[in-house]
Amino acid sequence: MLRRLFALLLLLPLALGGLGALGILGAAPAFAVQPDEVLGDPVLEGRARELSKELRCMVCQNQSIDDSDAPLAKDLRLLVRDRLKAGDSNQQVLDFLVARYGEFVLMRPVFSWRNALLWGAPLLALGAGGIAAYLAIQRRRRAAPDTVPLTPDEEERVRRILSEAASAPPPAPPAGS
Amino acid sequence: MIAEIGQYALILALALALVQMVVPAWGAAKGDPVLMGVAAPVALAMLIFVGGAFACLVALYVTSDFSVANVVENSHSQMPLVYKITSTWGNHEGSMLLWALVLAVFGALVALFGGNLPDRLKANVLAVQASIATAFLLFILLTSNPFLRVLSPPGEGRDLNPVLQDPGLAIHPPLLYLGYVGLSIAFAFAIAALIEGRIDAAWARWVRPWTLTAWIFLTLGIAMGSYWAYYELGWGGWWFWDPVENASLMPWLAATALLHSAVVMEKRDALKVWTILLAILAFSLSLIGTFLVRSGVLTSVHAFATDPLRGVFILAILVVFIGGSLALFALRAGELRQGGLFAPISREGALVFNNLFLTAATASVFVGTLYPLALEALTGDKITVGPPFFNLTFGGLMLPLVFAMPFGPLLAWKRGDLLGVAQRLMLAAGFAVVAAVVTAAATAAVSEERGPVLAPVAIGLAVFIIAGALTDIAERAGIGRVSARLAVRRLTGLPRSTFGTAIAHLGVGICLLGIVSESAWSLEKIAAVRIGETVTIGTRDLTLARVENRAGPNFTSRVAVFEIREGGISQGTVEAAKRQFAARQMATTESGIRTFGFSQLYVSIGEEHADGALSMRATWKPFVTLIWLGAVVMALGGLLSLADRRLRVGAPKPARMRRGALPAAAE
Repeated sequence: MLRRLFALLLLLPLALGGLGALGILGAAPAFAVQPDEVLGDPVLEGRARELSKELRCMVCQNQSIDDSDAPLAKDLRLLVRDRLKAGDSNQQVLDFLVARYGEFVLMRPVFSWRNALLWGAPLLALGAGGIAAYLAIQRRRRAAPDTVPLTPDEEERVRRILSEAASAPPPAPPAGS
Repeated sequence: MIAEIGQYALILALALALVQMVVPAWGAAKGDPVLMGVAAPVALAMLIFVGGAFACLVALYVTSDFSVANVVENSHSQMPLVYKITSTWGNHEGSMLLWALVLAVFGALVALFGGNLPDRLKANVLAVQASIATAFLLFILLTSNPFLRVLSPPGEGRDLNPVLQDPGLAIHPPLLYLGYVGLSIAFAFAIAALIEGRIDAAWARWVRPWTLTAWIFLTLGIAMGSYWAYYELGWGGWWFWDPVENASLMPWLAATALLHSAVVMEKRDALKVWTILLAILAFSLSLIGTFLVRSGVLTSVHAFATDPLRGVFILAILVVFIGGSLALFALRAGELRQGGLFAPISREGALVFNNLFLTAATASVFVGTLYPLALEALTGDKITVGPPFFNLTFGGLMLPLVFAMPFGPLLAWKRGDLLGVAQRLMLAAGFAVVAAVVTAAATAAVSEERGPVLAPVAIGLAVFIIAGALTDIAERAGIGRVSARLAVRRLTGLPRSTFGTAIAHLGVGICLLGIVSESAWSLEKIAAVRIGETVTIGTRDLTLARVENRAGPNFTSRVAVFEIREGGISQGTVEAAKRQFAARQMATTESGIRTFGFSQLYVSIGEEHADGALSMRATWKPFVTLIWLGAVVMALGGLLSLADRRLRVGAPKPARMRRGALPAAAE
């Protein structure tokens, strides 16, 4: 249990921060990417790092291969770099790994009917909550007594009070702004 | 002997919990003040016994009594004293006992400081508290007893997991539990209100300080855990969307929503049913969080089955408390009288907006955390829901929320003027645009790689939040509209909760600044260096000066010392190390961190190669400390709000009466 953290806010979709995943208790100290793995071409290496964050080290607890120093993660990192050197696009590399290891290897679940509930959850919650809140506010306002028109008697009183107020000195401003 | 005393104290505490659960509730139903009066002294007695049991366990750890199974598995005679003490809660059984202790502390606090509560409410609240205590004490005694002896005591213990031998662990779990368990008070108040079928604005005033206290501890606990993972786990990430982290984030989100909806209830007597539901949900998420982590179900669905008794017990507790409270809610919520009306564009409307997005964010995290488990259990398919999913969904929901944040406090109650508020925020928006433009220009000037295009926009958003929070205070004081002397007088007359709101919102902006900077502009260098060799990161040069062995109390460490120079001028050294713990044959990475302003230089080391080269990873993390500083500022805001006398438990009179015509009412 102990550990856990925090993050509040956002990570705008833009921010490709180096967030990985982690296996907590019993997590081996991480060092991950070794100097001898780094590719000479900085563009290719950048793509490799980006892809590494999207791929799970299957034998670890919730770690991407970018964060894990398990031997399997190293093998996968080298594999990703080999495929990139061979000219694969990012998507081709991911497809290759999914074909080999299954969807489990992807840190970002695919959009599919099976995952519809997962990806749909935020919008579903927002939509359902928003509609419920709107209807509740509207219904209560409609049912509210303050929408009942004034009786002629009350209108007469209001007129009297207003005309008195107009001839009297202005009252102190109400508290608050 | 100590173990047996602890065990006995725990059993007596269970008996007291049963009394506290049944007698006051019976008294409340019968209207018998004597029976209701039993609750408070019993709650205090329970604290003494649970506290006694906990003290016994600490004593067993301090004396390294290896005849107790729990101590054998989690301690070592060579460990420093401080870690012997923290080992007490660095394991399943001990942490459950800590949970029960915190619960007893909160129960005793209600008993001591709840003097102004109506008798029936107080009796019911303490009875509900006691029912939770009963469940946990039973769980500990039947499935997770920390006092069990071993038949043949070994001479040495198996040591505490080295990752946990750290000062951060000493503070993190107690903070987090104070937050988790603090929410049990809000839950108990909600259940008591449902039992009585009566709830009013005073209820919200009584509940808010407890929720606020829990929220402050949760905020600090999560931030502490984040910083601990950042420096201890060795690769500089500060949030991983690990299920265990999500387990603490969900109650935090729900508690944040609860704080905001309780404001509406207190000021306007509206949103009552929703506030009750949130109080139930917030504590339910704490329970789920505790048990998700404790049951091991997160590691794998199958781990749940390794100890069937524990697993079934956990499920039973969840079903009884969450299912039971929701059923009670469904039965009684209709009887609660609704109050105050408001237009969609109003302070109330803004707080509903806040609740909507926070709840949707909670739901996303909940679904994302549990979806893989459900899918595997139902279909056998395994998928991973990792950081990319959470960054997209959670980030997407937080964006409109934080953008709306400066607007909320400026809107009037009942019916607000959005256009007028937007005009008052023009200055803040101006600052934001300037900040975004300056950031874009500065990053373009420093390097060709500008980092993500949207990062300057995000910086602008953070500045907007900060400037918006300050605008709120300035508006209320009338700065610029009235004479300076009057503005100062108004400023000092503002209720503390107004400052609390502004400062907590300010903290969110600060935190966001840190998150964006760290995510967008971190620099990283991975290299293999020999002694005397230099790597350059940003404007600084790191030279490996020496690598040496050092002996710790129960570990040996290999320390690499790097000299830092900027422009040829020495800035001292930074030390990164690997520690080898003999007892568990485990190694940990001790990262070297140097703070420059709000930014940090983060160095960790890896393997030493045969040719004498040492693998190292150096990262420059711009403004990273703002992430945790922002959280501390948020907690500070909460503390200020807690100090507001209108919320103080013993001061129910409206402050407005003393302050005369000062604009206190506007709050």
